[in-house]
Amino acid sequence: MGAAQLLQYLFSGVATGSIYAIVGIGFNIIYSSTGIINFAQGEFLMLGGMIAVSLQGFLPLPLAIAAAVALTGLLGIAVQLVFLSWLKKPGILRMIIITIGLSILIREVGLHVWDEKVHALAYWTGDETTSLAVLGARVSPQVLWVLGISALMVIGLTLFFRFTLTGKAMRACASNSTAARLCGIRASSLVTLSFFIASAMGALAGCVVSPITQTQYDMGTSLAVKGFTCAVLGGLGNVSAAVGAGILIGVLESASISVLPLAYKDVVALTIMLAILLLRPQGLFAGVGRRAGPLGRG
Amino acid sequence: MTNARARNLPLLLLAALIVSIQVVLSAMKADFYLTQLTMSAWYTLVALGLCLLMGYAGQVSMGHAGFFAIGGYTAAVISTAGAAPWLSIPTAVLVTAAVSLLVGIPVLRLKGHYLAMATLAFGFIVSRIILGTTLFGQADGISDIPAYKLFAGLAISGRRTFRIQNFYIAWGVVLAGLGLALNLVRSRTGRALRAIHGDEEAAASVGIDVARHKLAVFVLSAVYAGLAGACLAHFNAGIGPSEGGIMKSVRYVALVAAGGMANLWGTLAASAILTFLSLRGAFGLFDDAVFGGILVAIMLFAPEGVFSVLQRKRKTP
Repeated sequence: MGAAQLLQYLFSGVATGSIYAIVGIGFNIIYSSTGIINFAQGEFLMLGGMIAVSLQGFLPLPLAIAAAVALTGLLGIAVQLVFLSWLKKPGILRMIIITIGLSILIREVGLHVWDEKVHALAYWTGDETTSLAVLGARVSPQVLWVLGISALMVIGLTLFFRFTLTGKAMRACASNSTAARLCGIRASSLVTLSFFIASAMGALAGCVVSPITQTQYDMGTSLAVKGFTCAVLGGLGNVSAAVGAGILIGVLESASISVLPLAYKDVVALTIMLAILLLRPQGLFAGVGRRAGPLGRG
Repeated sequence: MTNARARNLPLLLLAALIVSIQVVLSAMKADFYLTQLTMSAWYTLVALGLCLLMGYAGQVSMGHAGFFAIGGYTAAVISTAGAAPWLSIPTAVLVTAAVSLLVGIPVLRLKGHYLAMATLAFGFIVSRIILGTTLFGQADGISDIPAYKLFAGLAISGRRTFRIQNFYIAWGVVLAGLGLALNLVRSRTGRALRAIHGDEEAAASVGIDVARHKLAVFVLSAVYAGLAGACLAHFNAGIGPSEGGIMKSVRYVALVAAGGMANLWGTLAASAILTFLSLRGAFGLFDDAVFGGILVAIMLFAPEGVFSVLQRKRKTP
């Protein structure tokens, strides 16, 4: 394998990996505000991509994407308000099953509103033949878009959580929601906000990756499992570690193509997840576990 | 003695119901319904196994279609490869048991979301391996699976002349599976499983070997699924990759949820009815949506299952 080819794998791996990381961060945001793993997280990427694909016929691309992100964000709010907000202390099993059911329903909405075909958003710059030479490797500008948008989202989120009052309030709720409420923080609206952030971020990720990987109604499950892998690999609740984990998985996955048949690509990521869950349940980078770890009360 | 008889009465009534369904349908010359009822029986066997695991032991499995597919594909590969024909179903059951043992030992250490994701990933891996391996026919699946000869001229086969006996074979196995499960639930083991469901630490503290019990019920429920997969593969004379798909796993969970989780009779009823309707095409294009909707609706409004809501209404006049 030449150095250029290695670089090629590296680029495509980092690009897909950063999308997994965004899904993983989506899990983290909702998990830290509610203790729920939202199994429908992958579906937000599908919805974002699909809506933008439909709108690109009528609107200029940036507007179509913005509208798709806003609509998916509103849908995330709707999901939380309609299905989850009024449940009093639901058990974990119940929440898992509800969000899995929701993921199936959103998927079916995708199937019936659109169809079972693969759709793709237009390339943000140039087209599928455009490529840039980076250190001897040919890279599509869309890959750079993916990296740039993901980086922006991660930086934006980090700043938001660290420096804004709302962000701090969300962190307070995550670490102790009773104490946060005693300080006058309205936990319930912050939970709704966390669903908005997670779904809007998912939609944006779905848009930026759509030209490369295409959008299909049933893409959500594999994204959810891989995103969860990032979240767990990084230690559940740890945003920046999820990015590292995502890149690691993406690179391993794209490298696996040169060794294994293409169809086994997903098997690689999932096997990594199972191995991590079993060998290092607290995550690769984590120190202290928060909330219930995979092996019980943390 | 009377106690035992009272216990067995519902099973006898179910057997009578099964016989009368066949008699009525045959008398009405509508015995083509028996084909879907037979298929629905095999799927119901999977749901019963999952009910033991999820409802009683409280361990969620989002990958049970994976075990069904392992059973089905093992039977398919063996019986189309020219091995001794009787080997197919026993080997399928053994392979499913072995895989579930290997998967179960590490995975069952996980709890809650992690267990759900890990089993989801397991199901995903199985379906990807099926789709990516030529031995398993990739997207086309495996067809031309021969009938599985039992004894005295009986055979698991979808041919018209075998229709009535296959209805009885399938429901006979379901009845046996249900009887075994009911006995298990009432036994010391069943009480241990419910204790584990309630609180694993507490169960361990009264001397229950938590890991062993969870593993045993996991393997048993996988065996139910594998046996069903193998038999249905012979009955349909083929198996396709969708049998191992995530949607199928979710569907089994929906059936157990609709039945009321820790309710074997409820699961049986929900599964027999819903699977039959689905196989008849009653839900049309919205088949998967119906099961997703059932899952959400049940868990939101009636987490104890449909039948518990009816019971509650009956009790309060």
